[in-house]
Amino acid sequence: MHFVVCLKQVPDTSEVRIDPITNTLMREGVPSIINPYDAHGLEEAIRLKAKVGGKVTIVSMGPPQAKEALKKAMSFGADRAILLSDRAFGGSDSLATAYIISSALQKIHETEPIDLVFAGKEAIDGDTAQTGPGIAQRLGFPQLTYAIRVKELTDTTVTVERKTESGRQVVQAQLPALLTVEKELNDLSYATLPNMMKAAAYEPEVWNFSSLPFDITQMGLKGSPTSVARIFAPPGRSGGEIMDGMKDPKGTAASIVQKIFQQNIIMVHPLSKGGKH
Amino acid sequence: MTVVVDKTKCIGCGACVMECSLEALDLIDGLAVADVKKCKELGSCLKVCPTNALSLLNRPEQRQENLAPDAGSKYNFKDTLPDSVQDYAQGNEKKTIRAQVTPVTGGDGWSGVWVIIEYNNGKVAPVAWELLGEGRKLADAIGCGLCGVVTGYQVDAVIPEAFAYGAEKVYVIDHPVLKDYRTEPYAEAITSLVRKYRPEIILMGATSMGRDVFPAVATKMRTGLTADCTVLGIDPETKLLQQTRPAFGGNIMATILCRTSRPQMSTVRPRVMEMPERVEGRTGDVIREEFGFNESDFRTKVLEFIPSDAKSAFLDKAEIIVAVGLGIGAKRNMVLAEELADVLGATLAGSRGAVEAGWLTHDQQVGQSGITVRPKVYISIGISGAIQHLVGMETSDFIIAINNDPEASILKVANYGIVGDLFQIVPALTAEFKKRLQHGVAN
Repeated sequence: MHFVVCLKQVPDTSEVRIDPITNTLMREGVPSIINPYDAHGLEEAIRLKAKVGGKVTIVSMGPPQAKEALKKAMSFGADRAILLSDRAFGGSDSLATAYIISSALQKIHETEPIDLVFAGKEAIDGDTAQTGPGIAQRLGFPQLTYAIRVKELTDTTVTVERKTESGRQVVQAQLPALLTVEKELNDLSYATLPNMMKAAAYEPEVWNFSSLPFDITQMGLKGSPTSVARIFAPPGRSGGEIMDGMKDPKGTAASIVQKIFQQNIIMVHPLSKGGKH
Repeated sequence: MTVVVDKTKCIGCGACVMECSLEALDLIDGLAVADVKKCKELGSCLKVCPTNALSLLNRPEQRQENLAPDAGSKYNFKDTLPDSVQDYAQGNEKKTIRAQVTPVTGGDGWSGVWVIIEYNNGKVAPVAWELLGEGRKLADAIGCGLCGVVTGYQVDAVIPEAFAYGAEKVYVIDHPVLKDYRTEPYAEAITSLVRKYRPEIILMGATSMGRDVFPAVATKMRTGLTADCTVLGIDPETKLLQQTRPAFGGNIMATILCRTSRPQMSTVRPRVMEMPERVEGRTGDVIREEFGFNESDFRTKVLEFIPSDAKSAFLDKAEIIVAVGLGIGAKRNMVLAEELADVLGATLAGSRGAVEAGWLTHDQQVGQSGITVRPKVYISIGISGAIQHLVGMETSDFIIAINNDPEASILKVANYGIVGDLFQIVPALTAEFKKRLQHGVAN
């Protein structure tokens, strides 16, 4: 079986902050990592390959530096890694990004038919959760998002448990299909020494604008319908009201609950037909 | 001379590239770069740069007037988040990028605000009603209509509710293949309505369903989609939808515009927008559409649905969290937190200490080595607030912390900090909430 893993190199977002005085992004010294959700997609692909045989291809889009993430990913046991990198791709939003990646997947699919595509449920720098479904739509593959378990994989179908707010949905899709995955899907393994050595010597393929019959009007800033108009720091947290609850715990609790409802911090939803609980 | 880009400030948003009529700017490796040969120092790029990264060395006065107001000092922590963000956004109005393609209300063939009403397993997701409330404001600001969209099987009970919460018109596709939620048929149903009736804005809750179906619809329509919005507004000049959302794990807020295509699509976080008043007996037009698909057209099948305790799913998407730390002392005392969580419909979570003590499971751990959460309300019980814990919860909208140590770090990030004995405070809180919520549930 041919498994394709979509993987993104992202800044470690817990380290990204905005300077409250100058209102600018402080990103110096922020380390780059493999998007954590994507790592679980890669892990699942490697495990399934061990079970049913086949090949794992990794595809990423990003600046030339993203090669590092691909080399790292190779050390977990993938077979091929392709980086989509070109100035023309820069500034793409999720619609344009999905166009670029799906075009590459289409090309791969033509020579080595794809059975299953893995993507993280979202990337931690954007949290949009849109690129995976966008790729599936463009390729015409069924999409199964928020996968927490691959229950069964046959020659023609994949059965997955999806996480939703109200429970787990068990869904079967015909192959080829695309899954976006949660961290619960599996526990990450360590890279083996032979694979690490292989990866160290591996040079990811780089595909650019001229590698494929791309449509320039569908990519980059001009091919992206959405754009960022401004960024700003979220309201700072400077600490609030401290109450002494030692003397009169009940009175303190009553006054705090009253304040919470007065300010609509917690709202009462009537148990009408539309109520959720 | 040419425009100068401050590389430490440029965020690579591309606003300047879009603005420059001479095509003198380009984005290279995520940073704006000016072409010396093309730049005529028109200065229009300076006005649109959201971070003031651009300057003309020989025209310092232009730079001066573009200085952003200090974000930090404007915020009063007692305001709720969306309002304060809104205020800030309004104060910053002049920095809005001017649309190159200005849509005219109704005149470009795209008109109306739509809310997709999530109806699943016989229940409407309350966020749909919140969005009808918000949609009303947007429609009024544009001067257009507000419509609800219901797709599913046997959905008639939902229609009067949609009117009661403010829809003027309801579009309905009722078909057996829409019984259980699946991406393919739902995306087809919504897209067919959008193609036919051409709304300018469509909104849906940022639930697992909204975040699954909207990217599919946006791709079919080849339009833009902004996920997880927390503030929406209409630019008074261009009538464009201003979509504000947290990015970079909540460390940054970004306002997104969809300038070049229609419809403009957003998913919106539940419980951020206010629930509108329900007015019984309101009515409007019901437009029913056929659905020209059947089961064999779709390649997915729902085999089973395993309902789970809603409270244990999606800790990172939970809207109210009750979190416990070592201060609770023993597993048997967990019942105090469980009772409070029950009354509020909250999700139970905890610090690493509580997880390592075996009182909670690993998937309930908040913090650097656990899950980063961003609920509307975070109630912390007996957690001192190590930095590794704080980074996992400090972007919560509202924090209530109970601790017996007045020096505990958690109290410094809390909106309400109670210094007291949790064994007395927590049961008192539970009783008070119960009293107020006995006729409804918290949301």
